[in-house]
Amino acid sequence: MAALMNNVWLGTETGILKGVNVCKKIATNYCDLKKLDKEKEVTAMCWATEEEQQVLTGLRNGTVQTFDLEKGEFTDQQDCSGAEGVFRGLATHGDAVITCVESGLLKVWRGSDKESTEIKVGPNVRRMRQNPAKRNLVATGGNENDLKVWDLQDPEKPIFRAKNVRNDFLELRVPVCVNDMHFIPDSSKIVTCTGFHHVRLYDPSTPRRRPVLSVEFDEYPLMAMGITQGGNSVIVGNTHGAMAHIDLRKGQVLRAFKGFAGSIRSIECHPSLPLVASCGLDRFLRIHHIPSGTLDNKIYLKSRLNCLMFSSASFDTVDPEEILKAKERPAGPVDEEAENIWRQMEEVTEGSTKVKRMVSEVSTRSTTKRKAPAET
Amino acid sequence: MAAHMVGSTMHDQPAEPPSSDIPQANISRFKNKQKRAEMYRKMKAQLKKQKLKDKSRKKMERKALGDKAPPKKAPKTIENMRVYDETMVDPQDEEVAHDEEHDEMASYFNRETQPKVLITASDVTRFKCKLFCRQLQTCIPNSEVFARRRSALKKVIPQAIERGFTDLIVINGEKKLPDAMLICHLPDGPTAHFKLTNVKLRKEIKKCGETTDHLPELILNNFNTRLGHSVGRLIASLFPHDPDFVGRRAVTFHNQRDYIFFRHHRYIFRNAKKVGLQELGPRFTLKLRSLQKGTFDTKFGEYEWVHKRHEMETSRRKFFL
Repeated sequence: MAALMNNVWLGTETGILKGVNVCKKIATNYCDLKKLDKEKEVTAMCWATEEEQQVLTGLRNGTVQTFDLEKGEFTDQQDCSGAEGVFRGLATHGDAVITCVESGLLKVWRGSDKESTEIKVGPNVRRMRQNPAKRNLVATGGNENDLKVWDLQDPEKPIFRAKNVRNDFLELRVPVCVNDMHFIPDSSKIVTCTGFHHVRLYDPSTPRRRPVLSVEFDEYPLMAMGITQGGNSVIVGNTHGAMAHIDLRKGQVLRAFKGFAGSIRSIECHPSLPLVASCGLDRFLRIHHIPSGTLDNKIYLKSRLNCLMFSSASFDTVDPEEILKAKERPAGPVDEEAENIWRQMEEVTEGSTKVKRMVSEVSTRSTTKRKAPAET
Repeated sequence: MAAHMVGSTMHDQPAEPPSSDIPQANISRFKNKQKRAEMYRKMKAQLKKQKLKDKSRKKMERKALGDKAPPKKAPKTIENMRVYDETMVDPQDEEVAHDEEHDEMASYFNRETQPKVLITASDVTRFKCKLFCRQLQTCIPNSEVFARRRSALKKVIPQAIERGFTDLIVINGEKKLPDAMLICHLPDGPTAHFKLTNVKLRKEIKKCGETTDHLPELILNNFNTRLGHSVGRLIASLFPHDPDFVGRRAVTFHNQRDYIFFRHHRYIFRNAKKVGLQELGPRFTLKLRSLQKGTFDTKFGEYEWVHKRHEMETSRRKFFL
C-alpha cells in the first residue's frame, strides 16, 4: 500500500526503481540490489494504464518490466528487444506496449496474439513520445533525424515530417538534433528541444513544415523538456544544469530555476499543481514551484537518475489516516471567548487559492470545535 | 603645533582605568580627531593587556589543577563547522557501494586493468608546462609524455584507447605557467577538469630529493562526499596497485576545503618514534571545476557536476568534495 502513496517514480542508471513520497520525504527502492547490473539500467518509463496501477520500466538489455503498485513488487517481464540500442521511449495503447529503440525501430507489442507492428523511424533516435490525448499518435526524433509524427493505425508513412530550418547566414546547413518533444494539449502543435540549444514549435495543421517559432536558450544541449499545465509554456533543462521556463507565445525566457549541479535528464510538470520535478546526473530529485521559482523539495537519491514521472497521489502533508484519528480524538475544554470569535467571523468565499486553503482549514477547525459541546 | 599640544596633554594624564563612579567617556563622541584616535589606541592597548593577563591566569590555573583541569575546547575551524552535506558517503551504504562497483573505474579496482597514463600539454606548450609534464611523468609510474603537435584532443582520445592507455592527463597553460589540468579516464570517462595553482617544480623546492623507479604508495585524504568519492577513484586509478614498500615513496592527494594538495615524499623511520620526510617534488594544488560523464567533450558532453561560483558559493563553510 505504501507504494500507492508515492508522488514521484524514478528510474536510475543503476537499475533501481525508486518511489518518493515527497510530503514525508521518504525514498524507497523497489529492487533487489544484488540482482542488478549495468545491463538493467532503466532508460524509459511509463504508466501501464491511466488508472496508474502499474509502472512499466524499459531496461537497457531490452526487457520491459511491470511493477505493480498494490503488491509493491515486479509482476511481469517481457522481452521487447527488437533491434540494437536502448529504449528511447515507452508508451501504452490499450493493452499494447509501444517501444522505440535508439537504432530506430518503433514496435507495437500486442500482448495476446504476439502480433506486432513495426515502423522504421530512422537512425539515432533520442526520444519517442505519445500524444496523451490521441493515443495512437507518436512523435519521434533524434540526431540527424528530424521530428516525425506517426499514426499507429497507418504505419506506412509519417503523418507529419518536419523540414530543417533554412541555411544560416554562411549558406551552411544547420545540423539537426531533436532531444525531446511534447504534444501541446488541445491543439495540433508539437514543441521540440534540440541539441543545439533551440526550442522549436511545429504546427502540423498548417502546410508549413518548418518551425513556426524558434527560441534559443543558453549554449549547451537541451536534454529534457516538460510541458506546463495550459500548454502555453515549457520547461527545458540542459547538460550544464540550467533549467528555464520558456513561453511559447512570445518566445521569451520567463525564468531560470536555480540549484542544479549537473546535467538534467528528465523534467515533468505536475498535471494539476504548479510544480515541476527534475532529475539528472547530480543524483538529486528537485521539485520547484513554477510561478515563484522557489525550490520546494530537494531529495538526494544516491544514484544517477534517468527518468521520472509524477503519480496522482495527493501532495497533502497530512495523512488521510491521521485526519481520521484527529476527528476521533476527544476535544479538550472549550474556550467560550474563542468560540464567540469563530462564530462572529464572516466566511470568505472569493480570493486566491492561498486564501481559500486557509479558509478551508479554519472551517474544519471551527466545525470540530462546534461539535465538541454536543458530545459533552 | 596643535598635534604637539594634544600629545603633551595626553602624557600628563595618568593612564589608569576609569573608576566605576564616573561614567566612561564615549570615545566616538570626541570631536577632536587626534584625541579620538589617541584614546582609541589606548583602549585597544589596554584590552590587549587584559587579554594577555587573562590568558596567563588561565594557564596558571590549569597548571595548579594539574590532571583535574577541564579538557581544552577544540578550536573552531570552518572545516569542523562544515555545513551538513547529505551526500556524505556512509561506508556501510549498499547502494553507493553497488554504484561504485559498476562505474567506469571498476575494472581498475577489480584489478582487471593496469593503469597506463598518457601525459600531454596544450597546443602551444610553454617551457614550464613542458618541465611540469616531465616531472609529473616521473611521479606517475607507467606514464608517457607526448608532444601535442596541435592535434585535437577528440582525435587523440580514440588513438590513445587503441594503444591501451587507461588515462589521459592534459596540462593547460597560459601566460607561461600551467593553470589547468584535465584528467580523462579511458575508454569511457569520466573527465575531470581542475584549476591548477601553486606549481613548484623540483628546482624551486629546497632540499628536493631524487625520484626512484619504485611504485609509490598513494594517500588520498578527505574525499568523503559522493562527488569526492568519484574524484578520489578517478585519481586512484592513475596509480598501480601493490606499491614497492622498499622504495618508501608516497604520493599524497590531500583534500582540504575543496583544494586538493599534491605532495610527493620519501619517508624514513629514524627510530621507533621519529619519521623523516624528504620532498621529491613537484608540488601543486588542484581545485575541481567540473566532472563530466564520458570522455572529453565540452560541447555535447553531459556534466555530472559543474562548479557555479555565484550559485554554489553561498557559505564559506560549504564544501563539495
